[in-house]
Amino acid sequence: MKYTEIMVRYGELSTKGKNRKDFIGRLAGNVTKVLHDFPEIEIHPRHDRMHIVLNGASFSEVDQRLRKVFGIQTYSPTIKVEKTLQAIEETSLELMKETFKPGMTFKVNTRRSDHHFTYDTNELNTMVGDYLFKHMADLKVEMKHPDLTLRIEVRQDAIYISNQLLHGVGGMPVGTGGRAVMMLSGGIDSPVASYLALKRGVDIEMIHFYSPPYTTQKALNKAKELTGILANYSGRINFIAVPFAEIQETIKEKLPEGYLMTVQRRFMLRLADRIRAQRNELAIFNGESVGQVASQTLESMAAINDVTTTPVVRPVATMDKTEIIKLAEEIGTFDLSIEPFEDCCTIFAPPRPKTKPKIDKAREFEARLDVEGLIERALSGIKVTTIHPNEKFLADKAEEDAALL
Amino acid sequence: MIYFDNSATTKIDDTVLSTYNTVARDIWGNPSSLHQMGDRAAQLLTSSRQQIAQLLGVKQEEVFFTSGGTESNNTAIKGTAIQKREFGKHLITSSVEHASVMNDFNALENLGYRVTRLPVDRHGRVNVNDLRQAIDTDTTLVSIMGVNNEIGTIQPIDDISDLLTNYPTIQFHVDNVQALGKNIWSQVFTERVDLASFSAHKFHAPRGIGILYKKTGKMLSPLLDGGGQEKGLRSGTENLPAIAAMAKAIRLLLTDEQAKAEQELAIKSKISDYLQTKPGVKIFSELNDDFAPHILCFALKGIRGETLVHTLEDYDIYTSTTSACASTRSDEASTLAAMHIDNDLATSAIRLSFDESNTLAEATEFIHTFEQIYNHFAQINHLGD
Repeated sequence: MKYTEIMVRYGELSTKGKNRKDFIGRLAGNVTKVLHDFPEIEIHPRHDRMHIVLNGASFSEVDQRLRKVFGIQTYSPTIKVEKTLQAIEETSLELMKETFKPGMTFKVNTRRSDHHFTYDTNELNTMVGDYLFKHMADLKVEMKHPDLTLRIEVRQDAIYISNQLLHGVGGMPVGTGGRAVMMLSGGIDSPVASYLALKRGVDIEMIHFYSPPYTTQKALNKAKELTGILANYSGRINFIAVPFAEIQETIKEKLPEGYLMTVQRRFMLRLADRIRAQRNELAIFNGESVGQVASQTLESMAAINDVTTTPVVRPVATMDKTEIIKLAEEIGTFDLSIEPFEDCCTIFAPPRPKTKPKIDKAREFEARLDVEGLIERALSGIKVTTIHPNEKFLADKAEEDAALL
Repeated sequence: MIYFDNSATTKIDDTVLSTYNTVARDIWGNPSSLHQMGDRAAQLLTSSRQQIAQLLGVKQEEVFFTSGGTESNNTAIKGTAIQKREFGKHLITSSVEHASVMNDFNALENLGYRVTRLPVDRHGRVNVNDLRQAIDTDTTLVSIMGVNNEIGTIQPIDDISDLLTNYPTIQFHVDNVQALGKNIWSQVFTERVDLASFSAHKFHAPRGIGILYKKTGKMLSPLLDGGGQEKGLRSGTENLPAIAAMAKAIRLLLTDEQAKAEQELAIKSKISDYLQTKPGVKIFSELNDDFAPHILCFALKGIRGETLVHTLEDYDIYTSTTSACASTRSDEASTLAAMHIDNDLATSAIRLSFDESNTLAEATEFIHTFEQIYNHFAQINHLGD
């Protein structure tokens, strides 16, 4: 079936007024971004719908991309036909034959904005319905909850026919929720938290701590590759690599073992906050889940969070591990997340971290360190790269392999 | 020169050799090493495995690299026998297997296992009813080859699979060394096959490398203990250049598989049609779907196979007696013997085996040469009388 355009219905417009315009504009921009390699496509954002005119582009390929754009509630592939009864009937039949499966119920739903068209909505409903009955077996009409609704829209320029309602991912267009930093470790949770942040329209930049030679280039590349997967949902994501080894070594040398973890985390949060401020962002996101590990008890969170008043948002805070894994599998980050490379969180993990650290103690121990100097040196070593959808960092020899094999 | 001995070994393909060389020269790190060079090697190992799995239609984790057909057969057979010895010590095979299978079972018999060797009919085929009757509660393994290496019979792997569906705990091994790339894959590799063997030098790749397919979840005791490579099933540093070359060779092999098989069959048909007209010639490889397209085995009454092979060699035509692996031993229990072919006729047999590089022109030349040889021998043996 050669669809001519896609009608896109918007998701939740939680704040109205001027925001509505921002929402639609941002969504149109994001759709343009994901469809950038289809130059023939035209995108027309209107106040209640967006029309994507395919001009010959393949619907199934566009469909794959639209499924990942936040802010789209539903969409329908549509065929534009000339304003004759014959065109309506023939196209309707073709569409129904393609999507109808035995046992389904259907109805015809006509809307008419061109009131000069020869037939009114009731006439069209009846005539098209009769025509379909005549040419297809097993059809059953159901007015209240049909399995298929054949929509016919009679407009000034042409008639638009569709019978599928596809569901988008919902959420808010990325960018409408402001900008924030995301603390990405490379484990299972933080990519899921990133996805959920993007889903609420928050445009995130990744902060990743790495500690060569304790952590390998592979671990860094893994985090970058995860970012590449998440970039499918936003077009591109900045990746900020922060060197963390000096801080970890210093803490290990100077502080008692029980507080290693707490103080390391306080440093991470401080660094995240400084980077956020430098880049004019509003919040910090991370993948903490309550009670999952020692650093994620409420006592630990309180002791760690002590270093900033910036909102720290934890999208997976109350999810079970199994729920997080399920979502990680759905968004395609799971297989990569479980690749076993040491990251900076595991390399200096003390055998018996305090699960109930005291804020006062943490502050007291930290006073022994040159906090500002350590932070400054780490900040001076950060590297920012922009990562695009599905960009590869690990299997970068695949092409070479393909040439050999 | 005409090379009609492709079931013994094939000529290595130039581009396959170039892959071998490139990998040996440039990607020589040990795949188990932690550093970048090891990484690079590990990645190529994975790419090779992925490609092979995809081409064979199996999962990546079901592909194990071995040193070749013999090791794959031994790992499958001894590995199963040892692994499952608590559950039974009865093993079933056929009487027409390759030496690397047959001698495996002889060795296991010496270790106290009970082995049933199924007979074959006059086409060299195993009968499924015989197998049904042979199975008992002690049976842990059935090993039947896909394509016979001496006369090209395709064994009824599909029917055997149907039967074995009722015996899920019996491991089913198929020696498919002669069967890959002959456009008969669905006949010799089914869902029910648990283990299958392949050897790279049979398809224009280097020797010393092969594959054991092992279905997910099936257990084998390893024959080699060591560094735990190949998930512990086959320790030893991976032969990466050969593995990559093999991955490439399989891709080439399965490209235009049907056309290649048709070409081989055309050569076989042409020579076979000619031989049919010669009194005293007995053809063992038939021209139907029960036989692989690339093997033609026949005997010239009164002339030992060895003599015929050497005579053809004088004309620069290379063939073999029925199996290269058995050709140096005259007392070998051969497929023909198992088919109850007269010993005199069996020792007269020779095997022509083709590949896609052979041509109909070569077939014509072979016929022309054979005609001269035949006239000479026929006279001596009074074949025309």
